[in-house]
Amino acid sequence: MISKETTFLGYRRENGRVGVRNHVIILPVDDISNAASEAVANNIKGAMALPHPYGRLQFGADLDLHFRTLIGTGSNPNVAAVVVIGIEPAWTKLVADGIAKTGKPVQSFSIARNGDHETIMKASKAARELVQFASEKQREECPISELWVSTKCGESDTTSGCGANPTVGNAFDKLYGVGATLVFGETSELTGGEHLVAARCATPDVKEDFMKMFNSYQDMINRHKTSDLSDSQPTKGNIAGGLTTIEEKALGNIQKIGKKCKVDGVLDYAETPTAPGLWFMQSSSAAAEMVTLCAAAGYVVHFFPTGQGNIVGNPILPVIKICANPRTVRTMSEHIDVDTSGLLQREMNMDGAGDQLLECMLRTANGRLTAAEALGHREFVLTRLYESA
Amino acid sequence: MIHFVVHEEGDSVGTIVVEGVTSGTTLSGWIMEQDRMTEIKTRSDIPIGHKVALQALDVGATVIKYGVDIGKVVAPIAAGEHLHVQNVKTKRW
Repeated sequence: MISKETTFLGYRRENGRVGVRNHVIILPVDDISNAASEAVANNIKGAMALPHPYGRLQFGADLDLHFRTLIGTGSNPNVAAVVVIGIEPAWTKLVADGIAKTGKPVQSFSIARNGDHETIMKASKAARELVQFASEKQREECPISELWVSTKCGESDTTSGCGANPTVGNAFDKLYGVGATLVFGETSELTGGEHLVAARCATPDVKEDFMKMFNSYQDMINRHKTSDLSDSQPTKGNIAGGLTTIEEKALGNIQKIGKKCKVDGVLDYAETPTAPGLWFMQSSSAAAEMVTLCAAAGYVVHFFPTGQGNIVGNPILPVIKICANPRTVRTMSEHIDVDTSGLLQREMNMDGAGDQLLECMLRTANGRLTAAEALGHREFVLTRLYESA
Repeated sequence: MIHFVVHEEGDSVGTIVVEGVTSGTTLSGWIMEQDRMTEIKTRSDIPIGHKVALQALDVGATVIKYGVDIGKVVAPIAAGEHLHVQNVKTKRW
């Protein structure tokens, strides 16, 4: 299905990275700038606001992650241009300057001493110009090695582990072979299979870094837990789908990294990788949080295998749903991009399923909307590390 | 028709992949890793996606799936019975 000669039609950005979407986003720095951001997006057709509930009185590592996520989102090559709106000038400028390092057009506006009306007027003028700028961008042929693909599964059940997740694993093995940049994460959902991931690490240093991140997440869970987590990990949906323990869920989860690829490095939350290969990223297993972190790290296409039917999307990152549960494919068909339920009846093999996903990936990269995009799923959820000051 | 799949030989469980499985039915299963067929007679109604025990398991026994430990038995399980949260718990957390 794919070789090193395979190409897709992408948008080459000022910094050389390649995107598969051409969004102009209105990015609030903080919760109280959502209203102005949404007003601008209402005024200007083709601009999209990314409202979120945070950004005030955060500090330390939690604030660093807030900025890294916003700057990463704006910097993602699926974004052509950005309008940043925040209450105070300093943090607004910090986010805008961070995005501007990519060379893409960024305009920023602070609401303090201007009010919503003045800000919305100025930001709408800027957004209109940026939308027109973006509308002239053309797709060009790009080698598959320049595609960055992330994965995270959700509403998993036992069919995830034997159908949808190994389909992603098969596709990841093939993408790894052509030099793509890949990522997986969901730290708590490796519990019971962490030794298998450790064994796949490319070097002893990577293995040590991975185990450090895994253990720090376990420590966090142990500090806060009030039970064996059997009401939240696995989730009620997982249990309804037949998954019994976190270990079983983790072993299904790990199928997504295939059989051949090595874990070449580890990333902190929303951190951008520095080389091709497969990366592990520290992350929550909650769908929208993890997908938001992947988008902020610079990934441009996402593989999302599901069993019971998670419906998550992201504002800037196309999320491709893969499902092998025949009941879910029947009852929630509008959410499923790739049906691999034939795997469980031996009507298709894993190689064929992986190729089917890669074909969908190329069509998506070339511009075809995913189910989540067509349905308007734009979940933008920022990870918090602790309380605000 | 494949009624259940088993990841590999030696696993204690199979995963039901069809809807409407009832107690007392002989099911055909596919062991994926070895690409071989097997059978089990059910002792419970088992929903799609849920697991059937392929062997009797005593309290304290370890349940194996993918060839790996997925938890401990907390109530006795007969071969062909529905194996889930009522009789198996995590060993972690």
